[in-house]
Amino acid sequence: MKKFERFEGVVAPLDRANVDTDLIIPKQFLKSIKRTGFGVNLFDELRYLDEGEPGQDCSQRPLNPDFVLNKPRYQGAEILLTRRNFGCGSSREHAPWALEDFGFKVVVAPSFADIFYNNAFKNGILLITFDEDTIDRLFDEVEAKEGYRMDVDLENQRVITHRGEILEFEVDEFRKHCLLEGLDDIGLTLKDEDAIRRFEESHRQARPWLFRQPA
Amino acid sequence: MSGQTLYDKLWNQHLVKQRDDGTALIYIDRHMLHEVTSPQAFEGLRLANRKPWRLDTNLATTDHNVPTTLIERSQGNSGIKDPVSLIQVQTLDDNCVEYGITEFGINDPRQGIVHVVGPEQGATLPGMTVVCGDSHTATHGAFGALAHGIGTSEVEHVLATQCLLTQKMKNMQVRVEGELGLGVTAKDVVLAIIGKIGTAGGTGYAIEFAGSAIESLSMEGRMTVCNMAIEAGARVGMIAVDDTTIDYIGNRPYSPTGEQWEAAVADWRNLVSDPDAVFDNVVTLKAEDIEPQVSWGTSPEMVTGISGQVPDPNAAPDETVQRSHTRALEYMGLQANQKITDIKLDKIFIGSCTNARIEDLREAAKVAKGNKIADSIKLAMVVPGSGLVKRQAEEEGLDKIFIDAGFEWREPGCSMCLAMNADKLGAGEHCASTSNRNFEGRQGYGGRTHLVSPAMAAAAAIAGHFVDVRSLPANDATHAQEA
Ligand code: SF4
Repeated sequence: MKKFERFEGVVAPLDRANVDTDLIIPKQFLKSIKRTGFGVNLFDELRYLDEGEPGQDCSQRPLNPDFVLNKPRYQGAEILLTRRNFGCGSSREHAPWALEDFGFKVVVAPSFADIFYNNAFKNGILLITFDEDTIDRLFDEVEAKEGYRMDVDLENQRVITHRGEILEFEVDEFRKHCLLEGLDDIGLTLKDEDAIRRFEESHRQARPWLFRQPA
Repeated sequence: MSGQTLYDKLWNQHLVKQRDDGTALIYIDRHMLHEVTSPQAFEGLRLANRKPWRLDTNLATTDHNVPTTLIERSQGNSGIKDPVSLIQVQTLDDNCVEYGITEFGINDPRQGIVHVVGPEQGATLPGMTVVCGDSHTATHGAFGALAHGIGTSEVEHVLATQCLLTQKMKNMQVRVEGELGLGVTAKDVVLAIIGKIGTAGGTGYAIEFAGSAIESLSMEGRMTVCNMAIEAGARVGMIAVDDTTIDYIGNRPYSPTGEQWEAAVADWRNLVSDPDAVFDNVVTLKAEDIEPQVSWGTSPEMVTGISGQVPDPNAAPDETVQRSHTRALEYMGLQANQKITDIKLDKIFIGSCTNARIEDLREAAKVAKGNKIADSIKLAMVVPGSGLVKRQAEEEGLDKIFIDAGFEWREPGCSMCLAMNADKLGAGEHCASTSNRNFEGRQGYGGRTHLVSPAMAAAAAIAGHFVDVRSLPANDATHAQEA
């Protein structure tokens, strides 16, 4: 996982509550054997006018001009601003894979679904929670100002809005540490590499048959 | 200090590190892989530029997607018609070649359902930790091993670190005491257990199955019981090591030999719960009370004895149960109070990681021998759990018995257990199935699954409806479990 560094990015507003994982990435795309490449099908039903099938060349598909991510002013957005209970529904890890593959690094909302919350952090996406009033205000600001950007500073747990306002947010210490250090579960476990090797060696001594290969 | 349970012992033998937050790293001895849950794990490794920690711990086979007719199978991977299935199978092949992992591919005689193959190869040994990206991995616990089903992210984690990040579970013991009646098999035992404790009864626990009736089971029977621990809510099921375990393991390709064998056996003898071990929960069943079981609903806990009847939702203890029973009866097309023996079948499936080992096929063949399947049965299929099971069955002439009776004799794989390949139920069709899940749509859209033992499935095929194997005229079906 990449280290999460301070950055300033374009904010795209998705004005919708209870965005579920099926909306984030519809189930027909789950049969893929990959965890990359889901970005073109992110929000597939909202984004395109036709019905999405796996394996299509999405550049040829008719875009829904009304969908926020299709608007020129939000191209290259890295921060998604949305409404409450984002990521509800199934436990599919494909949802954060799709967001990440599209280019989102941060999602800002009043609340997130539980499993999605875990899955997003595991995949390097920062989820920021603000109260409903702040979110309302941010929606107004973003829509009023083309090219609205936000500076996300995880280290200091704050964002600086386009107007220069500083908004502080809460984040679990452990998750913050993992994002800043770029540690996924595997990276974290590998910090104990020596302990694992030591264990493995004594395990092999004690019970060599567990390591036996067929002749 | 009180003694340790079998689970405590296995846990302690593999604990690499206990973290302050309650999670722990446990070392994994055996990692089994199949084509459905592994591709993203390999891709994750590649993206992060990581290598598998240990190659020799991994053993892969294709099972979920493979077709089971001889015609398709004789063409190797190109016999797989569904493009998505084909890609999954090929991807596993490619990944195993790229990383140097042992794989039993589609036409390898050792190929089969991952939970049949591991034990058959001796790749599952007592005292091991075993994981696989599949919820029925608890099967391997029958050998006094600690076996977990894991998700794709965890598959990647195990590949990269040889450890599983997990939390210790609570200890539960399910005791089945006494002698099983004739015609009552391991499948009936585990279905009865699930019927008693429910599909959430084991949630958060590692279950140890024990008691004289469990001890009397063969290894095949023990695997059947542990296989369905997950249907009782437990990620882990296990049985203590005894002579039956050790006899089964001798002389298998991965089993130790010579002096190492002696040392291993001495060590394995300790893989039992101490007499003074304390369990957080103990449930006891009387073997004499268990009759051949049939599931009538859409959850494995919706099960009853063959002499019973479909329950009346109005008699349910509370409203939630009432609603789920009503819904289940509607989906299953059954009437309240209908006798189980009045349920007519359309298809018969003998197979799956629960019941596709040699003993299972023998039990079914005993019932089928010299009989014909009923005219009303559209399809009756026997799908051996592995290429080696198939070969042994053929050596014993079981294939002939099945074919003469009107069954189709197929190539090994998961097949209609989850209907990822072409073997499926049609909407509304009732199937007597030796698999483990009767969820809505599991064996095909609108399909109606009844979980039973192999002998009961064979008997139902012949009668066209459920019958009590114990009532069959003097054949040796009733001695099936003694084989
Ligand atoms: S036989 Fe069925 S339950 Fe067993 S591994 Fe295959 S699909 Fe899963």
